[in-house]
Amino acid sequence: MDLSQALEIASHTDPGMVRSNNEDSIASVPEKGIVVLADGMGGYNAGEVASGMATTVLTTELRQQIEAHAPEEVDPQSGQKAATKMLQQQIAKANASIYQAAQTQPQYAGMGTTLVVALFYDNKVMVAHIGDSRLYRMRGDEFIQVSKDHSLLQEQIDAGMLTKEQAKGSSNKNLVTRAMGIDPAVEPEIHEYDTQPGDIYLLCSDGLSDMVNDEDIGMTLQALGANLNLAVQQLVQMANDNGGRDNVSVILIKILHEYPAGEGLAKKLFGWFR
Amino acid sequence: MAKLILSMDGLVLKEIPLSKERTTIGRKPHNDIQIDNLAVSGEHAVIVTILADSFLEDLGSTNGTFVNGKTVKKHFLQGNDVIELGKYKLKYISEALPGAAKAADFEKTMVLRPGAMKKPPEPPPAAAGAATPQAATVPTGAKQAQAAAPAAASAAKSHSDTQVGITAASVGAAAPAPRRAMLKLLSGGNTGKEMELTKPLTTLGKPGVQVAVITRRPQGFFITHVEGANKPVVNGKAIEQQAHALNDHDVIELAGVKVEFFFKS
Repeated sequence: MDLSQALEIASHTDPGMVRSNNEDSIASVPEKGIVVLADGMGGYNAGEVASGMATTVLTTELRQQIEAHAPEEVDPQSGQKAATKMLQQQIAKANASIYQAAQTQPQYAGMGTTLVVALFYDNKVMVAHIGDSRLYRMRGDEFIQVSKDHSLLQEQIDAGMLTKEQAKGSSNKNLVTRAMGIDPAVEPEIHEYDTQPGDIYLLCSDGLSDMVNDEDIGMTLQALGANLNLAVQQLVQMANDNGGRDNVSVILIKILHEYPAGEGLAKKLFGWFR
Repeated sequence: MAKLILSMDGLVLKEIPLSKERTTIGRKPHNDIQIDNLAVSGEHAVIVTILADSFLEDLGSTNGTFVNGKTVKKHFLQGNDVIELGKYKLKYISEALPGAAKAADFEKTMVLRPGAMKKPPEPPPAAAGAATPQAATVPTGAKQAQAAAPAAASAAKSHSDTQVGITAASVGAAAPAPRRAMLKLLSGGNTGKEMELTKPLTTLGKPGVQVAVITRRPQGFFITHVEGANKPVVNGKAIEQQAHALNDHDVIELAGVKVEFFFKS
């Protein structure tokens, strides 16, 4: 089914104020409900190669997969949703491609990328992430960070060594504990959430979340939620006004109305009796 | 590398680099930093250093460990913190500020190899085969086209009153503004009412009808159109799509209400 009427998507990526090149990469396929953001690292221009590969492989492959199977289908044997399997397989594929390129081509040695993917289907969103690129959700007045970073800082917070406040002052912000393209296999973290009309989802690289605090991001979405393009511009501008030390990428997705799956025969029949 | 400067009564005794993961402090000789004074416990405290961050932990000492005059059990050390044990002082000096080029390098995201902490998962046998030659054809730094769905202006709740609601969104402390600025209502029920623009963002207008936002930036204050068919009018002229810089005593008209923008002296 076509989701482009149910989802409003706006995005922007900017090199920031300090870096000359942009190693972030973003992509979306609104009609299939696919949104991907990757923050590359390593080498001269290799970071953007890694992030570009991740977003390209995932959008093209996921699009094909969704055309072939409905993501909400449940596999009777494993009890898993098709979406979970698709994400796992395609992330593995993208990871293998990046790893292969990094191993075989000297100019790409050591490249890698973080990833956050959101797949919208059947009034739900499935989120897969690796590293410190994040997904946030604004629902009503509540603005929360949905994904939990795979980073040294997050591990220290979990271990009780640091509070979230203290983490802002840490010098170890730049260390991720998981990334694509570094090892032959990678384990993404995948979760599914229900969506509601009016929800706004934010995917961003650490160039936003490190430069602008969560309250200000939430305030911006609250104030400018009616105009997603402006909200995206404003978020990037705030990151740059605060120093823009890293590439900044922002994708906003607003749920305009419900998008239940199964507009099939069963539902049509049911519809007659109402 | 971060270091500690040990001193007593203002006299510098020693400089100790924090080169180890655990640096112990105490009276007994086996400590990394031995302070032979009866006010210091045998095993008094430990500093755990993880890459560029150091944490101080009191090991249940009799007389306690103080940082900047406050007793602590566990403390995330910040540059120039002063640790006190009895009459002794240890000043924590964080890593010397590296040159700009070095700083940029350092800030780049790096992967902490998982092998150091846990065994990486076994690669699936298909992994190598799955790496298709398409890897080579991927364009360098491809930035994907971002298709934005048509911005359907959601008809928000309609307010029954006709005044301009000045909604200052939640608290947020960003970089201090160059100057303080105020808004004063020039028409409507609350004529003469003033408010200060303290937030990074202040929205004006009626949701669903006409909304504009005033943003506070290091360069000054800017007004931008958010939603509605009409753009806000500044000094009798409708603004363009992009942000419009506000000057002292500009008069803004939107949703039928006039507001004056001025800098606070």
